[in-house]
Amino acid sequence: MNKILEKEHFSEKVVKLIVEAPAIAMSRKPGHFVIVRACEHGERIPLTIADADPDRGTIMLVVQDVGVSSHKICALEPGEYLTDVVGPLGQATHIAKVGTVVCCGGGVGVAPMLPIIKAMKQAGNRVVTVLAARTKELIILEEQVAPWSDEVIIMTDDGSYGTKGLVTAGVESVIKREKVDQVVTIGPAIMMKFVAQLTKGYDIPTMCSLNTIMVDGTGMCGACRITVDGKTRFVCIDGPEFDAHKVNFDEMLTRLRSYN
Amino acid sequence: MSENNISTSAPRDSQWREELRKATPVKERTSIPRVKMPELDPAYRVTCNEEVNQGLSEEAAVLEAKRCMDCPDPQCMTGCPVSINIPGFIKNIERKEFLQAAAVLKETSALPAVCGRVCPQEKQCESRCIYHKMKKEPVAIGYLERFAADYARNSGETASPAIAPKNGIMVAVVGSGPAGLSFAGDMAKRGYEVTVFEALHEIGGVLKYGIPEFRLPNEVVDVEIESLARMGVRFVKDCIVGKTFSYEDLHGMGFKGIFVASGAGLPRFMGIPGENFNGVMSSNEYLTRINLMGAGRPDYDTPVLKGTHVAVIGGGNTAMDSVRTARRMGAERAMIVYRRSEAEMPARVEEIKHAKEEGVEFMTLYNPVEYLADEKGRVRAMRVQRMELGEPDASGRRSPVPVEGAIEEIPVDLVIVSVGVSPNPLIPNAIKELEVSRRGTIVVNEDTLQSTVGDIYAGGDIVRGGATVILAMGDGRHAAAAMHERLSK
Repeated sequence: MNKILEKEHFSEKVVKLIVEAPAIAMSRKPGHFVIVRACEHGERIPLTIADADPDRGTIMLVVQDVGVSSHKICALEPGEYLTDVVGPLGQATHIAKVGTVVCCGGGVGVAPMLPIIKAMKQAGNRVVTVLAARTKELIILEEQVAPWSDEVIIMTDDGSYGTKGLVTAGVESVIKREKVDQVVTIGPAIMMKFVAQLTKGYDIPTMCSLNTIMVDGTGMCGACRITVDGKTRFVCIDGPEFDAHKVNFDEMLTRLRSYN
Repeated sequence: MSENNISTSAPRDSQWREELRKATPVKERTSIPRVKMPELDPAYRVTCNEEVNQGLSEEAAVLEAKRCMDCPDPQCMTGCPVSINIPGFIKNIERKEFLQAAAVLKETSALPAVCGRVCPQEKQCESRCIYHKMKKEPVAIGYLERFAADYARNSGETASPAIAPKNGIMVAVVGSGPAGLSFAGDMAKRGYEVTVFEALHEIGGVLKYGIPEFRLPNEVVDVEIESLARMGVRFVKDCIVGKTFSYEDLHGMGFKGIFVASGAGLPRFMGIPGENFNGVMSSNEYLTRINLMGAGRPDYDTPVLKGTHVAVIGGGNTAMDSVRTARRMGAERAMIVYRRSEAEMPARVEEIKHAKEEGVEFMTLYNPVEYLADEKGRVRAMRVQRMELGEPDASGRRSPVPVEGAIEEIPVDLVIVSVGVSPNPLIPNAIKELEVSRRGTIVVNEDTLQSTVGDIYAGGDIVRGGATVILAMGDGRHAAAAMHERLSK
């Protein structure tokens, strides 16, 4: 049982939770995720750790209300409990000084991006962050990413905030004006697919973090399997981060619809 | 407590056993036919999750116990991986001291009610029974084991075994499956402070997520776990050693010994085209969704794909569990697809029999080579290659060889891949000093189960790669004895 200490609505459907999880707060690194169960008969779903405070013994989760389980989690209030939080799981992000890194996050993908932006900056990189969403109110964590970014570019589909256009347009504008050494992309699978296509054309190493269907999250079931470079890999133990140019996003998109 | 595997509580030369032997002539014993296990009707049982085997009545158990001749050199015990005092418990059943029988079992087995249900007795104890020499069916040791354990459980007399005074030494167990539980029980008996760390949200490992309710009810497992908790074993769920806590963290907490029993958690796939289509999944995923997560039951959130035509690939116990589960989930056609013949199937004879009774089709000497999907990416058919048996391979079984050109297409909308598991890499990845075999199993000293890291022992499927509940339990016992010896120096 893990107590919820704080809750903030980023938008109607997107909620930030500060959750008590002292051991995980101590051991987690950027890129790690947890498996969460909202209630006794609940599903096990993966959520990336957006931030952690080891002194306070808390982790930050950002949840979008898109299905049965995320709806239940979003409905919880401070003082209430998540039935289970287990982790940290997955491989931590490989952080290195490479030069200029473009971090592009779409929708709630910005949440798992936050610790990577921080770590990339702390490693001495120039960090250009591109935040993208359908509309202004869905842009999240702008204030939190700003201190760790040399520049923040906002893209909205409807032009209600920042520049009108897709995330790829934002990324490409950076690539066209300066040398980019690495791109990190986290967001909906379809978005990552197009970012990967774009950066492949420019031959820029690109890392993506995948959020697939999982059950145990420890390699036991294989529900999360995807194809990377022609080989089957498990997102839970081999990932969640992969070379975006080698991921078969079409297969991943199909697999994400398994239960729809 | 005795380190000797031969129990002292029911010695063969005790007066009551001598009297019992004399009371019934051998001829009378051998003329009794082997008891039949009462089972639920197949037509009914595929509609529910109720346990198929109903267990023996007292009368039936006593009569079956009478068949046992209390051999002076009982070979059955040599077939048992934990050397249960088999005649000792059976003779207690014959004299109707059922709780005594259960106590004899508990001396060597932490989970007799589990073993009585899932052990492959026909390959172990019962395979060595003297009755085979008389061309008769062996004593139903497994049924009797289950009877005694169930009797004790239902009596409510939860007599915990004798526990040595607490020695204050902390030991950690990684994983709460059969190996971990058996180790925990033995160390608690020796007075250690035992903490079991479990990654999932339920204690029991494969006994919970893997083996279905109709073969091993969760309640049976829970009673055993409660009994360990009463002995002072502490259980920590949702905790992954190597992730939540590191090896160094465990030292910091004061643990002096660690037993890794993390299981063979990585499902194998065949690497054939179409294996990642929707509707193709591992038996681990299928069974976990249903057994652990409650998929298919009302009020549970976890979904599971249902199939009308279900193919289960493989011939082991997990394949049988999966295919029988598919029938219960409403499959009209449920098939076992196995590349060898039925004679080579690793599954227990009883599981195969039960599956057949439940209408499962056996497509032996077939091997899937490709899956085909509909426009939405859901599997719609499998292409299978006809096989024939060739020369024996390394496992001693005749190896399957493709019959050239003999490929058929069979409509399926759900495929469960049950072709084995690999060791879970989580612990070996987290503790780099551990020596790991090419297959990914933790390398241990065969006698002591000690790994290449002095205070880490390992057993069960993380060492064996994929074995049975009883072998895992045996490992737990052996590791406990060895770790105890090391820590009490």
